[in-house]
Amino acid sequence: MRLRPIAGIFLRQLYLFRSSPVRILPTFAWVAIDIVVWGFLTRYLNTVAGTQINFVPSLLGAVLFWDFFTRIMQGVTTAFFEDVWSRNFLNLFATPLSISEYVTGLVLTSIVTSIAGLAVMLVLATVVFGLSFGALGLMLFPFILVLFLFGIALGVFASAIVLRLGPASEWLVWPMPAMLSPFVGVYYPLATLPAWMRAVGHLLPPSYVFEGMRALVHGEPFSGTALLLGGGLALLEMLLAGYFFARVFRYTVRTGLLARYSAESVG
Amino acid sequence: MPATLYRPLEQLSAVDQPKLATVLGVADLCKSYAHIVAVERISFSVHRNEIVGLLGPNGAGKTTTINMILGVLAPTSGSIRIGGIDVTKRRSQALARTNFAAVYATLPGNLTVAQNLRFFGLIYGVADLTRRIETLLDQFDLRRLRNTRCGVLSSGEQTRVALAKALLNRPQLLLLDEPTASLDPAAAQGVREQIRGLAREQDCGILWTSHNMYEVEEVCDRVLFLSHGRILLEGDPRTLPREHGVRSLEELFIQLAREPLDATREAAK
Repeated sequence: MRLRPIAGIFLRQLYLFRSSPVRILPTFAWVAIDIVVWGFLTRYLNTVAGTQINFVPSLLGAVLFWDFFTRIMQGVTTAFFEDVWSRNFLNLFATPLSISEYVTGLVLTSIVTSIAGLAVMLVLATVVFGLSFGALGLMLFPFILVLFLFGIALGVFASAIVLRLGPASEWLVWPMPAMLSPFVGVYYPLATLPAWMRAVGHLLPPSYVFEGMRALVHGEPFSGTALLLGGGLALLEMLLAGYFFARVFRYTVRTGLLARYSAESVG
Repeated sequence: MPATLYRPLEQLSAVDQPKLATVLGVADLCKSYAHIVAVERISFSVHRNEIVGLLGPNGAGKTTTINMILGVLAPTSGSIRIGGIDVTKRRSQALARTNFAAVYATLPGNLTVAQNLRFFGLIYGVADLTRRIETLLDQFDLRRLRNTRCGVLSSGEQTRVALAKALLNRPQLLLLDEPTASLDPAAAQGVREQIRGLAREQDCGILWTSHNMYEVEEVCDRVLFLSHGRILLEGDPRTLPREHGVRSLEELFIQLAREPLDATREAAK
């Protein structure tokens, strides 16, 4: 893998951000709105529940983690969509650029935009609503790492879907995080779910993060093995997503889909 | 036109082609889909300092051939070598030696001229990129447009930017798919002069497609007539019409384009 083409992919996104407030705003706005809405909701729940339960770390912390995961995933897909929207595939893939360089460039873009979003969320959640990560301690970092890896995996997988099915399938991608959220137990323990949903949840790495986070916040026993399993799953799923993207790319080159991509076809 | 009118390609290749360094070698190239054969066993080469015209009616297989050379469409069989490197086996190394401009592949309109050149320059791994960009901005008279977004440029300006991008990596092989299609006659003349200069001075071979036969006569050293996915004719565009008993290249083109598929197959044998 060469560094300059990766820098090129990243620089292109930077140019777009620099010249367009429309692109910068969503990086902060939606996550900030989410934190504000859930911040006030947790305050209200705390007044209803009295002093017995503090909803801030479990609910607001979960929202923050989930929004971070969503930003990572959408950071990859949005960077990919820029090439879909500008019909740039022919220019891009008729160059020496390799698929791994291209995907790495997308991931790099996502890291930067997601960290910016995370910073805004952290400031709002801690300063305005008093969220503290004290209960999580150093476990905060592996939690974020697992969400990061799975966000990349889902972003790369979703991009491959759009590459295979055509530009209109972009509409399948936006609701993906929302479709997964019931299975990973963002706001409730997996035990709440029926058996089949729980089984799906166990295949999704964020489940292990949210279970672990709730255990630590409520002072219950925390399973490091389960988190390791989640991390391993996230890594495996990221590698599988990369493999899937490469397979789809080869398919589009073989069938001619890539060459006539802007003609938008499913077949 | 009778099939016997065509000279066998093999004879032409042996006799007429100058012994120059080959920048593009295409051998027995085929592309077929489920029920369609888009390109059927074509072989040709492009040499350094040579401009080769790839001609043919719509649907003849020109763009399919160019897409395969650019590595965005996999051949069903056959080989493509750019500067001696196989595109299928060593894609990145082969594509580093080529570049292209096509009327249907405009550069991202939301980036400025200079941003597009820097973006593609990094992807092609161009050394001393800043200086190369400045040189190309001068060469294609783009300096005053450097901070203008490509999406708002006129067709002629966009063509000049596409050509500047196509020369970023000093390609050994330059592919130009109808580069003057959307230009007025004066702008087209300017582009033709620039491209002839490139072939002469920059040591590259050029594969050019166009439907403008006057342009082809003016620019190309050699032409290949493609029809129904097969090469029917190859030769000097200035002498081919006379050799085949017609008045102009355009007339020859029209006759070849109207050949039914069976006659085309017979002629290409």
